[in-house]
Amino acid sequence: MVVQIQLLSDAEVDAVFHALADATRRDIVARVIEREQSVSSLAAGYAMSFAAVQKHVAVLERASLVAKSRQGREQIVRADPAAIARVRVLLEQYETLWRHRAARIDAILAEDPDQ
Amino acid sequence: MPVIDAITDLEALSLTFITEHDASIERVWQLWADPRQLERWWGPPGWPATVTEHDLTVGGRVRYHMTGPEGEVAAAWMRVTEIDAPGHLRVDEGFSHEDGTENPAMPAGECDVCLEALDGGRTRMTVVFSYASVADLELVTGMGMIEGFTSAAGQIEAVLAG
Repeated sequence: MVVQIQLLSDAEVDAVFHALADATRRDIVARVIEREQSVSSLAAGYAMSFAAVQKHVAVLERASLVAKSRQGREQIVRADPAAIARVRVLLEQYETLWRHRAARIDAILAEDPDQ
Repeated sequence: MPVIDAITDLEALSLTFITEHDASIERVWQLWADPRQLERWWGPPGWPATVTEHDLTVGGRVRYHMTGPEGEVAAAWMRVTEIDAPGHLRVDEGFSHEDGTENPAMPAGECDVCLEALDGGRTRMTVVFSYASVADLELVTGMGMIEGFTSAAGQIEAVLAG
């Protein structure tokens, strides 16, 4: 809906949806919401190479859903609460939209004598 | 308030709105069936809708655009997948490119509308908006993500609070 466009740019919306279209990436987000962890610790949980996991993390990072920082030799991945909050806001915007629609429906019905 | 219930299901990614209106089911159906009435309430605040095509038959399309406060235009479409007047309407919906063709990169979903006649000439409308399986949209699976989020819902709240 239009309310979404105003909230996020088209490019941002694309990046978020693209990032979350993949089951592994959704799983990574769920795991790092639970606790931040290193890319190598994440990689241990998947039947794919470290490099593949690292690529997934990079996609999530571009969508601002996770952030990466270096701790010694490790790269620590953590969820970005601001981005997750924005997804929540998207849904709330839908609710607001439907409340407006319902109010206008009643206004239309009220002005109509032969309802 | 006309909305008596709004249910957000983050896991199923659906939003259910139940409203009751002081009008007959046939009258409330006209809000969908008559394009001139539909455009009076469909657009978000400040973004009035103009319906340019309106074919409420299965497979038929509704095309419309919304005009923003700065003159911006957002074009969108609906495609009727089920209809049983005056009680039920189901459409897929999404956004369009400027030339009117569907834009699969934008959020799309499904809207299911059920009307029920109540005692006293009132009508209950239940609208379920969901990101359902619109074939060509990666978005659909994309929005399945919330499941991932909400599986750790408590943690999310904690993260947000922190």
